[in-house]
Amino acid sequence: MNNEDIKTLKNNSFKVWAVFATSIGLVMLGILLVKIGMDGMHRISMQFFTSLPSRRAEEAGIFTAWVGTLWIMGTTALIAIPVGIGAGIYLEEYSKKGWWSSFLEINISNLAGVPSIIYGLLGLEVFVRLLHMGESILAGSFTLALLILPIVIVSTRESIKAVPKTLREASYALGASKWQTVWMQVLPAAAGGVMTGIILALSRAIGETAPLIVVGALTYVPFTPKSVFDSFTVLPIQIFNWVSRPQAEFLVNAAAGIIVLVAITIVMNGSAVLLRNRWQKNVKW
Amino acid sequence: MNTKEKIIEWLLFACAALCVLTTLGIIAVLAIQSVQFFSEVPLKDFLTDTQWTPLFADKHFGILPLLSGTFLTTIIAITIALPIGLTTAIYLSEYASKTFRSTVKPVLEILAAIPTVVYGYFALTVVTPFLQIFFPSLSGFNAISPGIVMGLMIVPLISSLSEDALYAVPKSLREGAYALGSSKLQTAFRVLIPAASSGIIVSIILAVSRALGETMIVAIAAGQQPRLTLDPRVPIETVTTYIVQVSGGDVPHGSLEYKTIFSAGLSLFVITLILNNISFFVKKKYREQYE
Repeated sequence: MNNEDIKTLKNNSFKVWAVFATSIGLVMLGILLVKIGMDGMHRISMQFFTSLPSRRAEEAGIFTAWVGTLWIMGTTALIAIPVGIGAGIYLEEYSKKGWWSSFLEINISNLAGVPSIIYGLLGLEVFVRLLHMGESILAGSFTLALLILPIVIVSTRESIKAVPKTLREASYALGASKWQTVWMQVLPAAAGGVMTGIILALSRAIGETAPLIVVGALTYVPFTPKSVFDSFTVLPIQIFNWVSRPQAEFLVNAAAGIIVLVAITIVMNGSAVLLRNRWQKNVKW
Repeated sequence: MNTKEKIIEWLLFACAALCVLTTLGIIAVLAIQSVQFFSEVPLKDFLTDTQWTPLFADKHFGILPLLSGTFLTTIIAITIALPIGLTTAIYLSEYASKTFRSTVKPVLEILAAIPTVVYGYFALTVVTPFLQIFFPSLSGFNAISPGIVMGLMIVPLISSLSEDALYAVPKSLREGAYALGSSKLQTAFRVLIPAASSGIIVSIILAVSRALGETMIVAIAAGQQPRLTLDPRVPIETVTTYIVQVSGGDVPHGSLEYKTIFSAGLSLFVITLILNNISFFVKKKYREQYE
Protein backbone atom coordinates (compact mmCIF):
# COMPACT_ATOMS: atom_id res chain seq x y z
CA MET A 1 0.00 0.00 0.00
CA ASN A 2 1.53 3.30 -0.97
CA ASN A 3 1.10 6.65 0.71
CA GLU A 4 -1.74 7.67 -1.54
CA ASP A 5 -3.76 4.59 -0.54
CA ILE A 6 -3.17 5.21 3.15
CA LYS A 7 -4.34 8.78 2.71
CA THR A 8 -7.54 7.65 1.00
CA LEU A 9 -8.10 4.97 3.61
CA LYS A 10 -7.71 7.47 6.43
CA ASN A 11 -10.03 9.89 4.71
CA ASN A 12 -12.66 7.21 4.19
CA SER A 13 -12.44 5.88 7.74
CA PHE A 14 -12.86 9.42 9.00
CA LYS A 15 -16.00 9.70 6.89
CA VAL A 16 -17.43 6.56 8.49
CA TRP A 17 -16.65 7.86 11.99
CA ALA A 18 -18.06 11.26 11.06
CA VAL A 19 -21.38 9.82 9.91
CA PHE A 20 -21.51 7.86 13.15
CA ALA A 21 -20.68 10.93 15.24
CA THR A 22 -23.23 13.10 13.46
CA SER A 23 -25.97 10.52 13.83
CA ILE A 24 -25.36 9.52 17.46
CA GLY A 25 -27.16 12.57 18.80
CA LEU A 26 -30.04 11.97 16.42
CA VAL A 27 -30.14 8.30 17.45
CA MET A 28 -30.34 9.33 21.10
CA LEU A 29 -33.14 11.75 20.26
CA GLY A 30 -34.94 8.89 18.51
CA ILE A 31 -34.51 6.49 21.43
CA LEU A 32 -35.63 9.21 23.83
CA LEU A 33 -38.82 9.87 21.87
CA VAL A 34 -39.64 6.16 21.50
CA LYS A 35 -38.92 5.53 25.18
CA ILE A 36 -41.17 8.31 26.52
CA GLY A 37 -43.82 7.31 23.99
CA MET A 38 -43.79 3.71 25.18
CA ASP A 39 -43.65 4.65 28.86
CA GLY A 40 -46.18 7.43 28.91
CA MET A 41 -48.42 7.51 25.87
CA HIS A 42 -51.11 5.29 27.40
CA ARG A 43 -51.32 7.68 30.34
CA ILE A 44 -52.23 10.68 28.13
CA SER A 45 -55.96 11.28 28.42
CA MET A 46 -58.39 14.07 29.20
CA GLN A 47 -58.27 12.96 32.82
CA PHE A 48 -54.48 13.48 32.91
CA PHE A 49 -54.88 17.12 31.84
CA THR A 50 -57.76 17.89 34.19
CA SER A 51 -56.71 16.14 37.40
CA LEU A 52 -55.00 17.61 40.43
CA PRO A 53 -51.82 16.02 41.77
CA SER A 54 -52.54 13.04 43.97
CA ARG A 55 -50.84 10.49 46.17
CA ARG A 56 -52.34 7.77 43.96
CA ALA A 57 -50.41 7.76 40.72
CA GLU A 58 -53.27 6.71 38.45
CA GLU A 59 -55.50 9.55 39.69
CA ALA A 60 -52.84 12.25 39.49
CA GLY A 61 -52.76 14.75 36.67
CA ILE A 62 -50.99 17.84 35.45
CA PHE A 63 -53.84 20.35 35.74
CA THR A 64 -52.15 22.71 38.23
CA ALA A 65 -48.83 22.19 36.46
CA TRP A 66 -49.86 23.29 32.99
CA VAL A 67 -52.00 26.14 34.30
CA GLY A 68 -48.99 27.27 36.34
CA THR A 69 -46.73 27.00 33.29
CA LEU A 70 -49.17 29.18 31.30
CA TRP A 71 -49.21 31.82 34.05
CA ILE A 72 -45.44 31.82 34.38
CA MET A 73 -44.84 31.98 30.64
CA GLY A 74 -47.37 34.78 30.12
CA THR A 75 -45.95 36.92 32.90
CA THR A 76 -42.35 36.20 31.91
CA ALA A 77 -43.08 37.19 28.30
CA LEU A 78 -44.76 40.44 29.42
CA ILE A 79 -41.62 41.40 31.34
CA ALA A 80 -38.84 40.06 29.12
CA ILE A 81 -40.10 41.04 25.64
CA PRO A 82 -40.39 44.83 26.05
CA VAL A 83 -37.26 45.11 28.20
CA GLY A 84 -35.21 42.84 25.92
CA ILE A 85 -36.24 44.61 22.73
CA GLY A 86 -35.70 47.98 24.39
CA ALA A 87 -32.18 47.06 25.49
CA GLY A 88 -31.41 45.65 22.03
CA ILE A 89 -32.57 48.87 20.37
CA TYR A 90 -30.55 50.98 22.78
CA LEU A 91 -27.35 49.03 22.17
CA GLU A 92 -27.71 48.97 18.40
CA GLU A 93 -29.23 52.38 17.62
CA TYR A 94 -28.53 54.75 20.51
CA SER A 95 -25.41 53.90 22.50
CA LYS A 96 -22.19 55.37 21.23
CA LYS A 97 -19.13 53.20 20.77
CA GLY A 98 -16.97 53.54 23.84
CA TRP A 99 -16.16 51.98 27.18
CA TRP A 100 -19.81 52.02 28.28
CA SER A 101 -21.05 50.07 25.28
CA SER A 102 -18.25 47.52 25.46
CA PHE A 103 -18.88 47.21 29.19
CA LEU A 104 -22.56 46.50 28.46
CA GLU A 105 -21.56 43.97 25.84
CA ILE A 106 -19.20 42.04 28.10
CA ASN A 107 -21.88 42.19 30.77
CA ILE A 108 -24.56 40.64 28.57
CA SER A 109 -22.26 37.89 27.32
CA ASN A 110 -21.39 37.11 30.94
CA LEU A 111 -25.04 36.99 31.95
CA ALA A 112 -25.74 34.56 29.12
CA GLY A 113 -23.13 32.23 30.64
CA VAL A 114 -24.31 32.39 34.24
CA PRO A 115 -25.80 29.01 35.30
CA SER A 116 -29.57 29.21 35.62
CA ILE A 117 -29.51 28.11 39.23
CA ILE A 118 -27.59 31.28 40.14
CA TYR A 119 -30.53 33.30 38.80
CA GLY A 120 -32.62 31.27 41.21
CA LEU A 121 -30.47 32.45 44.13
CA LEU A 122 -30.78 36.05 42.88
CA GLY A 123 -34.56 35.71 42.62
CA LEU A 124 -34.80 34.14 46.07
CA GLU A 125 -33.02 37.01 47.81
CA VAL A 126 -34.19 39.96 45.68
CA PHE A 127 -37.72 39.17 44.51
CA VAL A 128 -38.94 36.72 47.14
CA ARG A 129 -37.40 38.39 50.21
CA LEU A 130 -36.22 41.94 49.53
CA LEU A 131 -39.20 43.00 47.37
CA HIS A 132 -41.63 40.86 49.40
CA MET A 133 -43.17 39.10 46.43
CA GLY A 134 -43.11 35.84 48.36
CA GLU A 135 -42.96 32.49 46.63
CA SER A 136 -45.31 33.74 43.92
CA ILE A 137 -45.75 33.59 40.17
CA LEU A 138 -44.49 37.16 40.02
CA ALA A 139 -41.19 36.28 41.72
CA GLY A 140 -40.74 33.24 39.47
CA SER A 141 -41.52 35.26 36.34
CA PHE A 142 -39.09 38.05 37.17
CA THR A 143 -36.39 35.44 37.77
CA LEU A 144 -37.04 33.70 34.44
CA ALA A 145 -37.33 37.05 32.64
CA LEU A 146 -33.82 38.03 33.77
CA LEU A 147 -32.61 34.58 32.73
CA ILE A 148 -33.86 34.86 29.13
CA LEU A 149 -33.15 38.57 28.73
CA PRO A 150 -29.69 38.02 27.15
CA ILE A 151 -31.23 35.75 24.47
CA VAL A 152 -33.86 38.35 23.55
CA ILE A 153 -31.31 41.17 23.53
CA VAL A 154 -28.78 39.33 21.37
CA SER A 155 -31.34 38.24 18.77
CA THR A 156 -32.88 41.73 18.66
CA ARG A 157 -29.46 43.23 18.05
CA GLU A 158 -28.58 40.73 15.33
CA SER A 159 -31.78 41.38 13.40
CA ILE A 160 -31.59 45.17 13.79
CA LYS A 161 -28.00 45.03 12.58
CA ALA A 162 -29.16 43.29 9.40
CA VAL A 163 -31.47 46.19 8.47
CA PRO A 164 -29.62 48.28 5.86
CA LYS A 165 -28.58 51.84 6.56
CA THR A 166 -30.38 53.14 3.47
CA LEU A 167 -33.75 52.43 5.09
CA ARG A 168 -32.88 54.65 8.03
CA GLU A 169 -31.51 57.39 5.81
CA ALA A 170 -34.63 57.40 3.64
CA SER A 171 -36.71 57.74 6.79
CA TYR A 172 -34.62 60.64 8.10
CA ALA A 173 -34.78 62.30 4.68
CA LEU A 174 -38.57 62.27 4.94
CA GLY A 175 -38.28 64.17 8.20
CA ALA A 176 -38.83 61.33 10.66
CA SER A 177 -37.30 61.60 14.10
CA LYS A 178 -34.92 58.96 15.43
CA TRP A 179 -37.59 57.14 17.42
CA GLN A 180 -40.07 57.30 14.52
CA THR A 181 -37.42 55.74 12.30
CA VAL A 182 -36.70 52.96 14.79
CA TRP A 183 -40.34 52.29 15.63
CA MET A 184 -41.88 52.50 12.17
CA GLN A 185 -39.05 51.39 9.88
CA VAL A 186 -36.27 49.48 11.59
CA LEU A 187 -38.30 47.39 14.03
CA PRO A 188 -40.91 46.18 11.49
CA ALA A 189 -38.08 45.30 9.10
CA ALA A 190 -36.38 43.29 11.86
CA ALA A 191 -39.58 41.73 13.20
CA GLY A 192 -38.96 38.22 11.86
CA GLY A 193 -35.62 37.83 13.59
CA VAL A 194 -36.88 39.40 16.79
CA MET A 195 -39.85 37.02 16.88
CA THR A 196 -37.57 34.02 16.31
CA GLY A 197 -35.43 35.07 19.24
CA ILE A 198 -38.45 35.55 21.49
CA ILE A 199 -39.83 32.11 20.69
CA LEU A 200 -36.46 30.46 21.36
CA ALA A 201 -36.10 32.39 24.62
CA LEU A 202 -39.57 31.38 25.81
CA SER A 203 -38.99 27.77 24.84
CA ARG A 204 -35.88 27.87 27.03
CA ALA A 205 -37.91 29.33 29.90
CA ILE A 206 -40.66 26.72 29.64
CA GLY A 207 -38.23 23.90 30.42
CA GLU A 208 -36.37 25.67 33.24
CA THR A 209 -36.74 23.80 36.50
CA ALA A 210 -33.86 24.60 38.83
CA PRO A 211 -34.28 28.38 39.27
CA LEU A 212 -37.99 27.97 39.98
CA ILE A 213 -37.32 25.33 42.62
CA VAL A 214 -34.88 27.75 44.25
CA VAL A 215 -37.37 30.66 44.31
CA GLY A 216 -39.80 28.32 46.02
CA ALA A 217 -42.15 26.87 43.43
CA LEU A 218 -44.00 24.09 45.19
CA THR A 219 -44.06 20.47 44.21
CA TYR A 220 -47.57 19.91 45.53
CA VAL A 221 -50.17 22.54 44.66
CA PRO A 222 -53.78 21.39 45.04
CA PHE A 223 -55.27 24.54 43.46
CA THR A 224 -54.76 26.68 40.36
CA PRO A 225 -53.40 30.21 40.78
CA LYS A 226 -55.91 33.08 40.64
CA SER A 227 -53.42 35.94 40.38
CA VAL A 228 -49.70 36.56 39.98
CA PHE A 229 -49.33 36.71 43.76
CA ASP A 230 -50.33 33.09 44.27
CA SER A 231 -47.95 30.18 44.77
CA PHE A 232 -47.52 27.85 41.84
CA THR A 233 -45.97 24.80 40.28
CA VAL A 234 -44.92 24.23 36.67
CA LEU A 235 -44.78 21.22 34.38
CA PRO A 236 -41.02 20.47 34.68
CA ILE A 237 -41.19 20.63 38.48
CA GLN A 238 -44.16 18.26 38.51
CA ILE A 239 -42.13 15.89 36.32
CA PHE A 240 -39.08 16.21 38.60
CA ASN A 241 -41.29 15.43 41.59
CA TRP A 242 -42.65 12.29 39.94
CA VAL A 243 -39.23 11.12 38.74
CA SER A 244 -37.85 11.46 42.27
CA ARG A 245 -40.40 9.07 43.75
CA PRO A 246 -39.42 5.46 44.24
CA GLN A 247 -42.71 3.95 42.95
CA ALA A 248 -42.70 2.88 39.31
CA GLU A 249 -46.28 4.12 38.69
CA PHE A 250 -45.10 7.68 39.15
CA LEU A 251 -42.44 7.19 36.47
CA VAL A 252 -45.32 6.52 34.07
CA ASN A 253 -46.83 9.87 35.03
CA ALA A 254 -43.45 11.51 34.60
CA ALA A 255 -43.14 10.04 31.10
CA ALA A 256 -46.61 11.30 30.18
CA GLY A 257 -45.74 14.76 31.50
CA ILE A 258 -42.50 14.64 29.52
CA ILE A 259 -44.43 13.87 26.32
CA VAL A 260 -46.42 17.08 26.83
CA LEU A 261 -43.31 19.12 27.65
CA VAL A 262 -41.26 17.76 24.73
CA ALA A 263 -44.16 18.31 22.33
CA ILE A 264 -44.37 21.97 23.39
CA THR A 265 -40.58 22.40 23.03
CA ILE A 266 -40.42 20.82 19.58
CA VAL A 267 -43.40 22.83 18.31
CA MET A 268 -41.87 26.08 19.60
CA ASN A 269 -38.41 25.35 18.20
CA GLY A 270 -39.82 24.10 14.93
CA SER A 271 -41.85 27.24 14.43
CA ALA A 272 -38.81 29.37 15.28
CA VAL A 273 -36.78 27.55 12.60
CA LEU A 274 -39.59 27.90 10.03
CA LEU A 275 -39.97 31.58 10.84
CA ARG A 276 -36.23 32.11 10.50
CA ASN A 277 -36.05 30.36 7.12
CA ARG A 278 -39.11 32.18 5.80
CA TRP A 279 -37.84 35.52 6.96
CA GLN A 280 -34.38 34.97 5.47
CA LYS A 281 -35.92 33.96 2.16
CA ASN A 282 -38.40 36.80 1.87
CA VAL A 283 -36.15 39.66 2.79
CA LYS A 284 -33.44 40.44 0.29
CA TRP A 285 -31.88 43.83 0.79
CA MET B 1 -34.51 66.98 20.04
CA ASN B 2 -37.88 67.17 21.76
CA THR B 3 -38.76 65.86 25.20
CA LYS B 4 -40.55 62.74 23.97
CA GLU B 5 -37.47 61.56 22.11
CA LYS B 6 -35.38 62.22 25.23
CA ILE B 7 -37.72 60.25 27.48
CA ILE B 8 -37.72 57.33 25.07
CA GLU B 9 -33.95 57.28 24.94
CA TRP B 10 -33.83 57.21 28.72
CA LEU B 11 -36.34 54.36 28.86
CA LEU B 12 -34.29 52.34 26.39
CA PHE B 13 -31.17 53.11 28.39
CA ALA B 14 -32.92 51.84 31.52
CA CYS B 15 -33.66 48.54 29.78
CA ALA B 16 -29.99 48.08 28.91
CA ALA B 17 -28.87 49.19 32.36
CA LEU B 18 -31.04 46.45 33.88
CA CYS B 19 -28.44 43.95 32.67
CA VAL B 20 -25.77 45.70 34.69
CA LEU B 21 -28.10 45.75 37.69
CA THR B 22 -28.67 42.01 37.28
CA THR B 23 -24.96 41.33 37.38
CA LEU B 24 -24.51 43.60 40.38
CA GLY B 25 -27.48 41.93 42.04
CA ILE B 26 -26.04 38.47 41.57
CA ILE B 27 -22.67 39.51 42.95
CA ALA B 28 -24.22 41.38 45.90
CA VAL B 29 -26.57 38.53 46.86
CA LEU B 30 -23.84 35.89 46.68
CA ALA B 31 -21.29 38.10 48.45
CA ILE B 32 -23.54 39.25 51.32
CA GLN B 33 -24.74 35.75 52.21
CA SER B 34 -21.26 34.28 51.76
CA VAL B 35 -19.66 36.87 54.04
CA GLN B 36 -22.15 35.86 56.74
CA PHE B 37 -21.39 32.22 56.01
CA PHE B 38 -17.65 32.70 56.28
CA SER B 39 -18.03 34.56 59.57
CA GLU B 40 -19.27 31.25 60.99
CA VAL B 41 -17.24 28.78 58.93
CA PRO B 42 -13.53 29.47 58.41
CA LEU B 43 -12.51 29.77 54.76
CA LYS B 44 -9.78 27.19 55.39
CA ASP B 45 -12.32 24.53 56.39
CA PHE B 46 -14.45 25.39 53.37
CA LEU B 47 -11.56 24.87 50.97
CA THR B 48 -9.78 21.94 52.60
CA ASP B 49 -12.31 19.85 54.55
CA THR B 50 -13.07 16.69 52.60
CA GLN B 51 -16.62 16.31 53.86
CA TRP B 52 -19.80 18.27 53.09
CA THR B 53 -22.49 17.47 55.63
CA PRO B 54 -24.31 20.74 56.53
CA LEU B 55 -27.64 18.93 56.90
CA PHE B 56 -26.38 16.32 59.37
CA ALA B 57 -25.78 16.55 63.11
CA ASP B 58 -22.01 16.30 62.60
CA LYS B 59 -21.56 19.30 60.34
CA HIS B 60 -18.69 19.63 57.90
CA PHE B 61 -18.44 22.41 55.34
CA GLY B 62 -15.81 21.29 52.83
CA ILE B 63 -16.79 22.30 49.31
CA LEU B 64 -14.36 19.82 47.70
CA PRO B 65 -16.80 16.88 47.46
CA LEU B 66 -19.34 19.07 45.62
CA LEU B 67 -16.66 20.48 43.34
CA SER B 68 -15.29 17.02 42.59
CA GLY B 69 -18.80 15.87 41.67
CA THR B 70 -19.27 18.88 39.43
CA PHE B 71 -15.90 18.44 37.73
CA LEU B 72 -16.33 14.70 37.33
CA THR B 73 -19.64 14.97 35.46
CA THR B 74 -18.29 17.89 33.43
CA ILE B 75 -15.15 15.98 32.39
CA ILE B 76 -17.23 12.98 31.33
CA ALA B 77 -19.56 15.25 29.36
CA ILE B 78 -16.73 17.04 27.56
CA THR B 79 -14.92 13.76 26.81
CA ILE B 80 -18.08 12.72 24.97
CA ALA B 81 -19.04 16.07 23.48
CA LEU B 82 -15.69 17.30 22.18
CA PRO B 83 -14.79 14.53 19.69
CA ILE B 84 -18.39 14.08 18.57
CA GLY B 85 -19.10 17.79 18.32
CA LEU B 86 -15.90 18.63 16.47
CA THR B 87 -16.28 15.71 14.06
CA THR B 88 -19.87 16.72 13.38
CA ALA B 89 -18.73 20.27 12.70
CA ILE B 90 -16.04 19.11 10.25
CA TYR B 91 -18.43 16.71 8.53
CA LEU B 92 -21.19 19.28 8.15
CA SER B 93 -18.89 22.04 6.98
CA GLU B 94 -16.53 20.06 4.70
CA TYR B 95 -18.14 16.80 3.62
CA ALA B 96 -21.91 17.00 3.79
CA SER B 97 -24.14 18.29 1.02
CA LYS B 98 -25.97 21.57 1.49
CA THR B 99 -29.37 19.92 1.88
CA PHE B 100 -28.04 17.42 4.44
CA ARG B 101 -26.49 20.28 6.38
CA SER B 102 -29.61 22.40 6.44
CA THR B 103 -31.73 19.43 7.56
CA VAL B 104 -29.42 18.07 10.24
CA LYS B 105 -28.51 21.38 11.87
CA PRO B 106 -31.97 22.33 13.18
CA VAL B 107 -32.59 18.75 14.33
CA LEU B 108 -29.32 18.79 16.27
CA GLU B 109 -30.31 22.09 17.81
CA ILE B 110 -33.44 20.44 19.19
CA LEU B 111 -31.06 18.28 21.27
CA ALA B 112 -29.89 21.37 23.10
CA ALA B 113 -33.43 22.74 23.43
CA ILE B 114 -35.09 19.78 25.13
CA PRO B 115 -35.64 20.54 28.83
CA THR B 116 -32.95 19.02 31.00
CA VAL B 117 -35.46 17.36 33.32
CA VAL B 118 -36.29 15.14 30.32
CA TYR B 119 -32.65 14.13 29.97
CA GLY B 120 -32.56 13.34 33.67
CA TYR B 121 -35.39 10.87 33.15
CA PHE B 122 -33.56 9.44 30.13
CA ALA B 123 -30.30 8.98 32.05
CA LEU B 124 -32.09 7.34 34.97
CA THR B 125 -34.39 4.99 33.05
CA VAL B 126 -32.43 4.20 29.87
CA VAL B 127 -28.71 4.90 30.09
CA THR B 128 -28.05 3.64 33.63
CA PRO B 129 -29.87 0.28 33.10
CA PHE B 130 -28.10 -0.06 29.74
CA LEU B 131 -24.67 0.49 31.30
CA GLN B 132 -25.53 -1.93 34.11
CA ILE B 133 -25.70 -4.74 31.53
CA PHE B 134 -21.97 -4.29 30.97
CA PHE B 135 -20.97 -3.10 34.44
CA PRO B 136 -23.17 -4.93 36.95
CA SER B 137 -21.44 -3.18 39.84
CA LEU B 138 -22.69 0.21 38.63
CA SER B 139 -24.84 1.91 41.23
CA GLY B 140 -28.38 3.01 40.30
CA PHE B 141 -27.25 6.58 40.83
CA ASN B 142 -23.82 7.41 39.39
CA ALA B 143 -21.77 10.07 37.64
CA ILE B 144 -21.14 8.31 34.35
CA SER B 145 -24.71 8.07 33.08
CA PRO B 146 -25.73 11.74 33.58
CA GLY B 147 -22.25 12.69 32.33
CA ILE B 148 -22.78 10.86 29.04
CA VAL B 149 -26.28 12.24 28.53
CA MET B 150 -25.07 15.75 29.34
CA GLY B 151 -22.27 15.26 26.82
CA LEU B 152 -24.71 14.38 24.05
CA MET B 153 -26.89 17.32 25.04
CA ILE B 154 -24.05 19.82 24.61
CA VAL B 155 -22.84 18.38 21.29
CA PRO B 156 -24.86 21.00 19.36
CA LEU B 157 -23.17 23.82 21.32
CA ILE B 158 -19.75 22.67 20.11
CA SER B 159 -20.78 21.52 16.63
CA SER B 160 -22.82 24.59 15.76
CA LEU B 161 -20.29 27.26 16.81
CA SER B 162 -17.28 25.29 15.54
CA GLU B 163 -18.98 24.76 12.22
CA ASP B 164 -19.61 28.48 11.88
CA ALA B 165 -15.92 29.06 12.58
CA LEU B 166 -14.81 26.42 10.04
CA TYR B 167 -17.27 27.72 7.47
CA ALA B 168 -15.84 31.22 7.84
CA VAL B 169 -12.34 30.11 6.86
CA PRO B 170 -11.84 31.45 3.33
CA LYS B 171 -11.98 29.09 0.37
CA SER B 172 -8.49 30.05 -0.80
CA LEU B 173 -6.95 28.28 2.21
CA ARG B 174 -8.72 25.04 1.33
CA GLU B 175 -7.76 25.34 -2.32
CA GLY B 176 -4.16 25.99 -1.37
CA ALA B 177 -4.10 22.81 0.70
CA TYR B 178 -5.77 20.75 -2.03
CA ALA B 179 -3.32 22.11 -4.60
CA LEU B 180 -0.49 20.77 -2.44
CA GLY B 181 -2.09 17.32 -2.66
CA SER B 182 -3.80 17.15 0.73
CA SER B 183 -6.85 15.01 1.29
CA LYS B 184 -10.00 16.52 2.78
CA LEU B 185 -9.04 15.03 6.13
CA GLN B 186 -5.55 16.52 6.10
CA THR B 187 -6.94 19.88 5.04
CA ALA B 188 -9.47 19.79 7.85
CA PHE B 189 -7.03 18.88 10.61
CA ARG B 190 -3.89 20.73 9.52
CA VAL B 191 -5.32 23.86 7.91
CA LEU B 192 -8.92 24.51 8.85
CA ILE B 193 -8.90 23.60 12.55
CA PRO B 194 -5.83 25.73 13.29
CA ALA B 195 -7.33 28.58 11.28
CA ALA B 196 -10.65 28.34 13.11
CA SER B 197 -9.11 27.60 16.52
CA SER B 198 -10.40 30.69 18.31
CA GLY B 199 -14.01 29.94 17.39
CA ILE B 200 -13.56 26.32 18.37
CA ILE B 201 -12.03 27.21 21.73
CA VAL B 202 -14.90 29.58 22.44
CA SER B 203 -17.40 26.83 21.67
CA ILE B 204 -15.62 24.41 24.01
CA ILE B 205 -15.51 26.91 26.86
CA LEU B 206 -19.20 27.59 26.37
CA ALA B 207 -19.92 23.88 26.53
CA VAL B 208 -17.81 23.42 29.68
CA SER B 209 -19.54 26.31 31.38
CA ARG B 210 -22.94 24.89 30.44
CA ALA B 211 -21.96 21.48 31.82
CA LEU B 212 -20.69 22.98 35.11
CA GLY B 213 -24.00 24.74 35.68
CA GLU B 214 -26.22 21.87 34.58
CA THR B 215 -28.63 20.94 37.32
CA MET B 216 -31.58 18.69 36.63
CA ILE B 217 -29.81 15.79 34.87
CA VAL B 218 -27.42 15.31 37.77
CA ALA B 219 -30.09 16.02 40.38
CA ILE B 220 -32.17 13.16 38.99
CA ALA B 221 -29.57 10.59 37.92
CA ALA B 222 -26.39 11.17 39.95
CA GLY B 223 -27.79 10.64 43.43
CA GLN B 224 -27.51 13.27 46.13
CA GLN B 225 -24.53 12.12 48.11
CA PRO B 226 -21.57 14.50 48.37
CA ARG B 227 -18.48 12.37 48.00
CA LEU B 228 -14.87 13.22 47.28
CA THR B 229 -14.13 10.73 44.54
CA LEU B 230 -13.29 10.42 40.87
CA ASP B 231 -15.01 7.04 40.61
CA PRO B 232 -17.79 7.46 38.03
CA ARG B 233 -19.71 4.39 39.24
CA VAL B 234 -20.90 5.64 42.62
CA PRO B 235 -23.48 8.28 43.62
CA ILE B 236 -22.12 11.82 43.90
CA GLU B 237 -23.52 15.31 44.29
CA THR B 238 -22.76 18.46 42.32
CA VAL B 239 -22.85 22.06 43.54
CA THR B 240 -26.05 22.68 41.58
CA THR B 241 -27.78 19.59 42.93
CA TYR B 242 -27.00 20.61 46.48
CA ILE B 243 -28.63 24.00 45.93
CA VAL B 244 -31.76 22.34 44.53
CA GLN B 245 -31.82 19.79 47.34
CA VAL B 246 -31.71 22.47 50.06
CA SER B 247 -34.16 24.80 48.28
CA GLY B 248 -36.64 21.98 47.85
CA GLY B 249 -36.60 21.14 51.56
CA ASP B 250 -37.62 23.48 54.32
CA VAL B 251 -34.47 25.07 55.64
CA PRO B 252 -35.29 28.21 57.67
CA HIS B 253 -34.25 31.54 56.16
CA GLY B 254 -31.17 33.01 57.79
CA SER B 255 -29.85 29.73 59.18
CA LEU B 256 -26.35 28.53 58.44
CA GLU B 257 -27.76 25.79 56.20
CA TYR B 258 -29.58 28.47 54.20
CA LYS B 259 -26.34 30.40 53.74
CA THR B 260 -24.51 27.32 52.49
CA ILE B 261 -26.41 27.44 49.19
CA PHE B 262 -25.06 30.92 48.55
CA SER B 263 -21.46 30.00 49.34
CA ALA B 264 -21.83 26.95 47.09
CA GLY B 265 -23.40 29.20 44.43
CA LEU B 266 -20.56 31.67 44.76
CA SER B 267 -17.99 28.95 44.04
CA LEU B 268 -19.88 27.96 40.90
CA PHE B 269 -20.39 31.57 39.81
CA VAL B 270 -16.70 32.43 40.17
CA ILE B 271 -15.65 29.43 38.06
CA THR B 272 -18.11 30.13 35.24
CA LEU B 273 -17.32 33.86 35.35
CA ILE B 274 -13.63 33.14 34.80
CA LEU B 275 -14.44 30.77 31.92
CA ASN B 276 -16.81 33.25 30.28
CA ASN B 277 -14.27 36.02 30.44
CA ILE B 278 -11.56 33.81 28.95
CA SER B 279 -13.87 33.03 26.05
CA PHE B 280 -14.81 36.69 25.58
CA PHE B 281 -11.10 37.55 25.58
CA VAL B 282 -10.28 34.80 23.06
CA LYS B 283 -13.12 35.96 20.83
CA LYS B 284 -11.98 39.59 20.84
CA LYS B 285 -8.24 39.06 20.75
CA TYR B 286 -7.68 36.09 18.49
CA ARG B 287 -10.40 36.54 15.95
CA GLU B 288 -8.84 35.57 12.65
CA GLN B 289 -9.35 38.29 10.10
CA TYR B 290 -9.21 37.28 6.46
CA GLU B 291 -9.48 39.71 3.63
